[in-house]
Amino acid sequence: MLTLTINDKPHRIDVSDDMPLLWAVRDVVGLEGTKFGCGMALCGACTVHVDGQPVRSCVTPVASVVGKRITTIEAIEKNPVGARVQAAWRDLDVVQCGYCQSGQIMSATALLQKNPKPSDKDIDDAMAGNICRCGTYVRVRAAIHQAAGNGAAKKEA
Amino acid sequence: MKTVQETSIVSAKLDNALPRRQFLKVGAAAGGGLMIGFAMPSFLAGAQAAEPGESAVGKGAAAATSEAAGFAPNAFIRIDRSGQVIFVMHKVEMGQGTFTSMPMLLAEELEVDVTKVKLEQAPPDGQRYSDPLLGGQLTGGSTSVRGAWVPLRTAGATARTMLVAAAAQAWAVDPSSCSAANGVVSHKASGKSLGYGKLVDAAAKLPVPKDVKLKDAKDFKLIGTPVKRLDSADKVDGRTEFGIDVRLPGMKFATVAASPVVGGKLLTTDDAKALAVKGVHQVVKLDDAVAVVGDHMWAAKQGLAALNPTWSDGPNAGFSNAVLVAAMDAASKNPGAVARNDGDAAKAVAASANKLEAIYQLPFLAHAPMEPINCTVDIKPASCDVWVGTQVPTFAQGVAAKITGLPLDKVQIHNHYIGGGFGRRLEVDSVAQAVSFAKQIKGPVKFVWTREEDVQHDMYRPYYYDRLSAALDDKGNPVAWTHRVTGSSIMARFAPAAVVDGVDSDAVEGAKELQYSIPNVHVDYVRHEPPIPTAFWRGVGPTHNVFVVESFMDELANKAGKDPFEYRRALLDKSPRAKAVLELAASKAGWGTPLKPVEGSRVGRGISLQLAFGSYMSLVSEIAVNKDGEVSLTRVICAVDCGQVINPDTVRAQLEGGVIFGASAALHGEITFEKGRVQQSNFHDYRVLRINETPLIETYIVKSSESPGGLGEPGTSAIFAALANAVFAATGQRVRKLPITTEALKAA
Repeated sequence: MLTLTINDKPHRIDVSDDMPLLWAVRDVVGLEGTKFGCGMALCGACTVHVDGQPVRSCVTPVASVVGKRITTIEAIEKNPVGARVQAAWRDLDVVQCGYCQSGQIMSATALLQKNPKPSDKDIDDAMAGNICRCGTYVRVRAAIHQAAGNGAAKKEA
Repeated sequence: MKTVQETSIVSAKLDNALPRRQFLKVGAAAGGGLMIGFAMPSFLAGAQAAEPGESAVGKGAAAATSEAAGFAPNAFIRIDRSGQVIFVMHKVEMGQGTFTSMPMLLAEELEVDVTKVKLEQAPPDGQRYSDPLLGGQLTGGSTSVRGAWVPLRTAGATARTMLVAAAAQAWAVDPSSCSAANGVVSHKASGKSLGYGKLVDAAAKLPVPKDVKLKDAKDFKLIGTPVKRLDSADKVDGRTEFGIDVRLPGMKFATVAASPVVGGKLLTTDDAKALAVKGVHQVVKLDDAVAVVGDHMWAAKQGLAALNPTWSDGPNAGFSNAVLVAAMDAASKNPGAVARNDGDAAKAVAASANKLEAIYQLPFLAHAPMEPINCTVDIKPASCDVWVGTQVPTFAQGVAAKITGLPLDKVQIHNHYIGGGFGRRLEVDSVAQAVSFAKQIKGPVKFVWTREEDVQHDMYRPYYYDRLSAALDDKGNPVAWTHRVTGSSIMARFAPAAVVDGVDSDAVEGAKELQYSIPNVHVDYVRHEPPIPTAFWRGVGPTHNVFVVESFMDELANKAGKDPFEYRRALLDKSPRAKAVLELAASKAGWGTPLKPVEGSRVGRGISLQLAFGSYMSLVSEIAVNKDGEVSLTRVICAVDCGQVINPDTVRAQLEGGVIFGASAALHGEITFEKGRVQQSNFHDYRVLRINETPLIETYIVKSSESPGGLGEPGTSAIFAALANAVFAATGQRVRKLPITTEALKAA
């Protein structure tokens, strides 16, 4: 048995130490806003925060995050930066199918916490690990600028 | 995608073809309220008339989708006594915005707040709806809005007219003195008003008006405005339930390995080792696949790894791209089924002193939607429940009925939001597999494929091998054009009636509809099947053919020594809408002006033109090619005439996404086979564009009141040639084989 602190709540779960956090969060705890996409840290759909840092939960063993603060999409609105990111996402209608967007929002929130006024290059560097097959990247970029309060953030022509 | 029936869903024709009284059924809803049942056309309506062959779809599906000639509604509007509007339809949301654009069409005529329209997904509650929601429930082909354009607005207008009539009757005034807005009927002279909820029971007893008048475009309040997506908030909060998120009491989790070679059989497994993994409950087997069932995906995955299945490779052990291409090259030398024949193109080419020939090749492509394949099944002695996100719920129902031996009405499909379709969810292979496994399992079980399984056991966009030739006159204009498509026929499996006289309508779509004035044109089709299953992929026929046609047009312009934009423009006098988008794209791109240099790179601009899915589109792309031959797409200008725009923001989103989807494939997309096995497995070797590779995308929409054209796919099909032609402009290298490889583009 081990205890994970997810969204400020302790969860005692009986799983092997090497189980990736993704499956503990989704299948055992039942928080399904965090998505499975590749299982190899290639796509970013499973991004959660561990002590505020963005982490690919599909390759993070549960034993490595015991005693740490895990945050998932379900609680990101409690983080003021996260709430701003979500508001920008809604305002610009970033989503299409929506499947990758939890991971996009978690990565974007982590970026803005570290770097409140990111340049396009900063956004590229921080977000290149998050794949969107619907191709919402143009709006992901615009929404991050908007959440950062960069005035230039407007939809394309 | 588009089929031979496409024309039958053009709204004007549909409007004339269906007598109104047959088209709508109105009555009281069970439990009170007004119910309107109506028919939204299926894009496979014609194809169902024929007996589908034995296929992945199966006979059960054929039974489920074939519908009696009589009218049966497949969409319903219910307005209850609280005034709540519920719209039940069979279209599924997979990112394309249908769950927003459809309510917009309804709300425009019904005069209600679009954000208050509640969507319910088919299939219906059998207690509440008297008619089964059958008959080609299908989302695909950029057809949703086009198909709904007239029927959905008509249904809304009919309901509104009846509600107004009910109010007028209650107040003993003339209906024409009443008006409806925001779910309320008002009588200005007396100041009286009543909400729809108070009028539904009376309205349900009124005769159905024969000819309701639809609004003129100039009176639209919603249509044409950037209404916000109705599904946005839930998706931003991570609350949207996709198929993969289904949770049921007592549910187990399973993951699957199918034979790495199509046609191979399961030989041995180490069950004891798999069952020894903590949390593993069961190993279940089919002829050609095995699954491990556990408490969670991790147990199932580890169990599968411990199971170590071995396989006999079967008859396709020797299949490879090299084998395939050699066979296709040979097949392509024989005449095919003729799709178009104007004049005598072969003779004109043979006689010409100024001609050009080319072979174009396009690879197998995986769909790789972000949500991996999954399906949850619960089989009981007399019922089967399936939870899945599918573009074809009736096919899923049919195949589950066939495998379980249950009657259709005992098979319930619980459809879900789809985390990316792109054609993959038009197939029910994974539903068939999951149901087959689930027959051996007690209680509900969720099957989830790993990404590797998803990439290696997709049903792929076919490999195409196209031969072209053209003859130019002394001014360099084309006088003859031949195009022979060689490739798999998806339609022969999916909708056999769409193969007419040997011509697969999809395989030649975009090749047959040349917009240019050329006196001699010959297009034919040679069917050549690989031993692996093929399927539709975003942009379908045009994604293949527009690349080939627009690349070859560029070759002709180059041979004629003319500018590729001017060369096309001169051949478009008979197609004013095509010419207009071409000119718009070129003008917005600053065609002809020098591109900003990029240090260490060669830069270039390319153009493409297409008529596909009822929309005219021209793209200009700007690229830079570095010394290593790596291509970056820097800017894309889209000009589109898609007729009446429903939601301009959705148009932009679909074009941005479509362009990126297509550019991913043009630059990186390729599934290859060696020893019968797929060589790619995940996003590291089946690469897709990322945000750092995303160009600026500008969209310009031509104002039009023509019937709406489809938009889910045109951006994808149009980008390949615009990109490849830019590569030629930058490097002088013609891209005749996709994906665009860096080797040939290295700086000398």
